[in-house]
Amino acid sequence: MDQTAPITAPEGIADDISLKVKLRRAERKRKLHAMALIAPLFIFTLSIFIIPIGLMLWRSVDNPELITYMPRTVIEIQNWSGEGLPDDVVLGAMALDLREAYKAKKVAMVGKRLNYDVSGMRSLIMRTARKFNRQFPDQPNLDAFLKADKRWSDVKYWHAIKRASDSMTPFYILASIDRQVIDNGEIERVPENQAIYVNIFWRTLWIAGIVTLSCLLIGFPVAYLLANAPAKWANPLMICVLLPFWTSLMVRTSAWVVLLQKNGLINSTLQGVGVIDDPLTLLFARPGVYIGLVHILLPFVILPLYSVMKSISPIYVRAAESLGAHPAVAFIRVYLPQTLPGIGAGGILAFILAVGYYITPALIGGPKDQMLSYFIAYHADSTLNWGMASALGMMLLATTMILFSIYNRLTNATGVKMG
Amino acid sequence: MSFRNVVLSVAALGAVLGTATVGAHARDLTVVGWGGAAQDVLRSVYFEPYTKASGNALVEDSYNGGLAKIKAMVDTKTVTWDAFLIEAPELLRGCENGLLEPLDWNKIGAKSGFIDAAVSECGVGSYVWSMVISYDGDVLKDGPKNWADFWDVKKTPGKRGLRKGAKFNLEIALMADGVAADKVYEVLATPEGIERAFAKLNELKPNIQWWESGSQPAEWLASGDVVMTVAYNGRITNANKEGKNFKISWDGQIYAVDSWAVVVGSSNKTKAMDFVAFASASENQVKYPLGIPYGVTNKRAIAALPASVGAQLPTAKANLVNALNSDTEFWIDFEEELNERFNSWAAK
Amino acid sequence: MLQPYASTGLKIWHYTFLVIAGLGLVFLILPILVIIPLSFNSTSFLSYPLTGFSLRWYEEVFSSAVWGLAIKNSLLIGSASAFLATVLGTMAAMGLTRANFRGKAVVNAMLISPMIVPVIISALGLYFFFAEVGLNATYTGLILAHTALGAPFVVITVTATLQGFDHNLMRAASSLGANPWTVFFAVVLPLILPGVVSGALFAFATSFDEVVVVLFSAGPEQRTLPRQMFDGIKENITPAITVVATLLIMFALAMLGMLEYLRRRNERL
Repeated sequence: MDQTAPITAPEGIADDISLKVKLRRAERKRKLHAMALIAPLFIFTLSIFIIPIGLMLWRSVDNPELITYMPRTVIEIQNWSGEGLPDDVVLGAMALDLREAYKAKKVAMVGKRLNYDVSGMRSLIMRTARKFNRQFPDQPNLDAFLKADKRWSDVKYWHAIKRASDSMTPFYILASIDRQVIDNGEIERVPENQAIYVNIFWRTLWIAGIVTLSCLLIGFPVAYLLANAPAKWANPLMICVLLPFWTSLMVRTSAWVVLLQKNGLINSTLQGVGVIDDPLTLLFARPGVYIGLVHILLPFVILPLYSVMKSISPIYVRAAESLGAHPAVAFIRVYLPQTLPGIGAGGILAFILAVGYYITPALIGGPKDQMLSYFIAYHADSTLNWGMASALGMMLLATTMILFSIYNRLTNATGVKMG
Repeated sequence: MSFRNVVLSVAALGAVLGTATVGAHARDLTVVGWGGAAQDVLRSVYFEPYTKASGNALVEDSYNGGLAKIKAMVDTKTVTWDAFLIEAPELLRGCENGLLEPLDWNKIGAKSGFIDAAVSECGVGSYVWSMVISYDGDVLKDGPKNWADFWDVKKTPGKRGLRKGAKFNLEIALMADGVAADKVYEVLATPEGIERAFAKLNELKPNIQWWESGSQPAEWLASGDVVMTVAYNGRITNANKEGKNFKISWDGQIYAVDSWAVVVGSSNKTKAMDFVAFASASENQVKYPLGIPYGVTNKRAIAALPASVGAQLPTAKANLVNALNSDTEFWIDFEEELNERFNSWAAK
Repeated sequence: MLQPYASTGLKIWHYTFLVIAGLGLVFLILPILVIIPLSFNSTSFLSYPLTGFSLRWYEEVFSSAVWGLAIKNSLLIGSASAFLATVLGTMAAMGLTRANFRGKAVVNAMLISPMIVPVIISALGLYFFFAEVGLNATYTGLILAHTALGAPFVVITVTATLQGFDHNLMRAASSLGANPWTVFFAVVLPLILPGVVSGALFAFATSFDEVVVVLFSAGPEQRTLPRQMFDGIKENITPAITVVATLLIMFALAMLGMLEYLRRRNERL
């Protein structure tokens, strides 16, 4: 990077102003040139990556359903105090909105949105809309609503409509930390049987932590062996690390499915040598997820550790030993501290990657082993609750960013490089 | 590499990208089934003969059911499917929510030519299938006879395969808890009934391995991953054709109709309607149960079935003891809510 | 390593350490070694011992329209996105090493971000975005997405190669009258070629291995190899999967060999 330092003017003509100006101009030209070279990728990444993700995150507060499909209701319900049931103006607007949304086949969107907040509200909305479409009431008052469905006498449904009437909502973000706004406007923890995401967040960190720790425990000796093996052994051993690293993820995942199944190679070997009597449940269970993730992330720990260990001169340990230190003491007090940057960089890198993993847990874990990524995908393609997917995405992204800034600080301070 | 070469390769790449984009114009007719052995039969009975008869190329895809995929396609304006198979409650919900095209019954034929459960605005029933208990006869000499046995982990320890989702499992749990088949939906319509079903499922939870695709149950029985499983009856019979000795217990089976439907906004709408009509014609339908033992819906095809095939079908008299007809109305109203509850229960 | 005068305890410790390291290496390579023989098995069972040697599953894969399409799609999307990523990434790396300017760290972080953001988030962002602009289920969409994911690797490898590059060479060439294109293709490119090619390989491998974006944004006609394998693993693992796996392992070996060659070449320069 030091090529970028400005050329210093030779002695004697330092006071020549025109040269200074020229130099400054050249420097500016260089900067412009550099920026012009960066611009295409910058614009590309901005428009094909940063902006799409920004737009996605926006969905976690976006609240378009009622505003779009119930335009009269959202205005009228603002005048409702929240005490008692809304008046006939609100009800009239609502009846009209429901009928038109039904005709436009959009009322399901409204029902779905409200159902996130109050379970059971989808069927309430659908039923009422279906009935109003068939026979629109002469007097769209409370009686008409109660005739369509008697649940409308419960004020909680009207509160839900009012909460969903703003153009932005804290609903999804609160839900991603198991919180909700209740009828009096306060924020409260959701009931125990619906609380799930905080738990999953900790599960994600826990699984990532176990995986990282295992990677370090296995990776450290492997990296040490690679860094200290005689030259003719080093290359073939290195291939054992690099080949899996370069092999497609799907290949490794399918191999683990074959290995881990009940009558798979691992179980039959363990049974064959008499370690276990009954086959272990490894697939679609936590052990499988740990094994699969450790396998995928191990190279990310070994490679930085290896590069650090390669650069550690053996003289320090030798010096310590010759001064009378026990080899174990020399190892722990002298060698180990020198590998800390590698341990830190590799460990955090593995942790970052593990936190965001999707494919492997999705394919070899059971429902109780799924992490944040799985629930993001689940809301994106199964429940189509895109607000929730985005809110959970925000949670995952924030976690990753925090970890990455730690990683960045560590690697910048110590100069450890990957690969 | 000279500058000219670089310019040329950029131009060539541009051309590739260009054709790829333009290539998005005419998509081939895409037909979607459930994958695995069932799809193999669809291919030989419907897909290939249709291509031969009409000259239209046909691309296949498979999925595990649900409306989500269809809704996502419609919402993101990325309709890549045309005709597809769908379960009954989803069919009616999808039709109501504007996700499916109304079918052209003039092409398909008189509605009276089909069994009642096969006729609706947006779908035509294709076959009757059932959820049954299955186990490997070579492993279990005394296999489960009914749902109560299925729950008995003392007698037969080991994992049980169940289909992931609320539908069928709640019914099964109630039957295992002693509710008679004809009372299941009555009980399930009450909040207490739903609590009861989840409580019963909870008992078995540590021993459940969830499957999502129809080929997994037979696969897991073969690999020994599960000791018994709920399965689509046809997949089991077809696994036995490959030398397995899987047994079916029909007691308490749940049967249902799957239909052909067409995604709204399909760019191959006419071809898709033609395909659906082709697949509903009696002379084509009659070949389907020969490939996989599911009942058919075209009355003329039913009449033409050989007796030997009839005995393996979900609708054979001997197989209908304590059988439960999946209640479409119930699941239209409650599937989404119950699935939500099911999923947060399963993830804990 | 081990001193000849080491005590028994130390020896035990040393060998335990070696055994753990050895087991670690076995663990890494085992799944890859296990899956290859299964692709030559004569029956469809995926377990040992093998029942006999046969190439029938290879025949099945090579004659199958589905796998054929998947291979074609993977190669097309992989090479097109690797090409774009290499062009954009190399330019950006040259810009980044040429001058310092305000906000460079931010720009750098932004260019690298596709590598760090969990892929499920990228996939979802692109899926929603492509829905708005009509790029879902198109080759263009997938190529653009994979270009974005692959470009950071090119930026990193080329930047690393440029660290040792003497910018005075460029000045010398331009002062001798060469235009910027000639300077780049005649002077710079030959010197940084190993970095550019390994960046391109990384970008290609990224696309070739990517499945999450494809899962969300591809239609049935754009199915790639990993996407097809994902389905296979979810449904049931047939020997056809092990055949494709074996082919992909061979591919990884080739990549590895190529990178090693480039690394040595780079060291010589």
